[in-house]
Amino acid sequence: MTFARRAFIVVWKDLLVERRSKETFNALFFFALLLLFVFQFAVGPDRERLAGTLPGLLWLGFILTGLLGLGRTFVVERENDCWEALRLAPGDKSAIYVGKLAGNLLLMFVVEAILVVLFGIFFNLDLAGVLPALVVVIGLGTVAFAAVGTLFAAMTSQVRARELLFPVLLLPVQAPVLLATVKATEAVLLGEPLGSVAHWLKLLGAADVIFVVVGVLTFDFVLEG
Amino acid sequence: MSADPLIRVAGLRKTFGNHRVLDGLDLEVHAGEAVAMLGANGAGKTTLLKILATLVRPTRGTAAVAGHDCARDPEAARPHIGLVAHGAYVYEDLTALENLKFWTTLAGLSPTASALAGALASVELERAADERVRTFSAGMKRRLSLARFVLARPRVLLLDEPFSGLDQRAKKWLEEHLASFKAGGGAILMATHSFGRELAVADRLVILAGGAIALDTPRGSLSPDDVQRLYVVHTEDAP
Repeated sequence: MTFARRAFIVVWKDLLVERRSKETFNALFFFALLLLFVFQFAVGPDRERLAGTLPGLLWLGFILTGLLGLGRTFVVERENDCWEALRLAPGDKSAIYVGKLAGNLLLMFVVEAILVVLFGIFFNLDLAGVLPALVVVIGLGTVAFAAVGTLFAAMTSQVRARELLFPVLLLPVQAPVLLATVKATEAVLLGEPLGSVAHWLKLLGAADVIFVVVGVLTFDFVLEG
Repeated sequence: MSADPLIRVAGLRKTFGNHRVLDGLDLEVHAGEAVAMLGANGAGKTTLLKILATLVRPTRGTAAVAGHDCARDPEAARPHIGLVAHGAYVYEDLTALENLKFWTTLAGLSPTASALAGALASVELERAADERVRTFSAGMKRRLSLARFVLARPRVLLLDEPFSGLDQRAKKWLEEHLASFKAGGGAILMATHSFGRELAVADRLVILAGGAIALDTPRGSLSPDDVQRLYVVHTEDAP
């Protein structure tokens, strides 16, 4: 119960700070909008070309906005040395990780939902029929991305070249997840049932479990430096 | 004064690369006692406080708070420690009340609304409870960081230049607050550069030089001039 309360208070604090400052959300929203303009100019109106590139573009949008958002996870903790106070807080530090991860997931899901809607508008797509399956794939992929991203954001938050180091560390680890998500998204957008991509979904599910468990078990060491 | 000190440091050494900051430092602070620590910049005052606060691991020797080794068992030591360092440990976009609620809940406490309000009242921030910390002065932030300890009730306060940046009223308030903490059986270790009124709360003065304690003396009736003279004598030859 204490663990859940401590995790919840971290989510509550992060969302409250974000709601008031709107720093991360505004930046992500305008970045996502900019990406869509660039994608539309690059792909053009050719439907066949669009069908082949859409899954990749969609996940490129998620990854780039995700990198921006996740990289800022612990920026607020540098203010007034709050990072030190987090270390000093008695009790299991993994509750802080779970809280940070939950906050990141909420923010990423909101940005991804906006991106999917804007993709539909910009590329004149009817995604209503494939939306439930798409939500499953995006949900599984985002959890894996955020789980490692939150941990690596903590690892790099106190180093000088953190902006550079964070994506360099994160993207190679995410390679299998990205492969699975793009392949599964491609099949879903073509109207195939989820059963046809079950092997990719199992990989994503396993990655989610492994990455979250590793994050929970190692966060204490990361925080202690 | 109880036999077991709340702060016990023995043979403490800390090196950063080739630079030896602390070298064989011994210190004890008992319940109900306040010790002011003087020393030049780089003498190791902040390093000692951070080791005791479990934020930095010593290279050699032991540092213990309330009987718990700070390096080997930091989790056991942390509930007994209240650290007021240069950062105020507050979020600028939260209100005073929200900050207090966050830090006390994270510490595993379940403060009621009246307990939170009472803690803010005890640091004279009840009128600013719903104001964002962004609008606070340095003194108000310092008081807010101390409000956490009203609820968490640590036995040891580690203070790094707690009076810097405070106006006269805030200094007076802090003196009274520290005296009350001491009277309640707490131990205080305070790093300072001041020779004057800020030392009033201290029962002992220690001067750090060359990585060790060059002088450990009761404050007694030492005047600021006496303290300054002792400081010069014990730090001028330090490396």
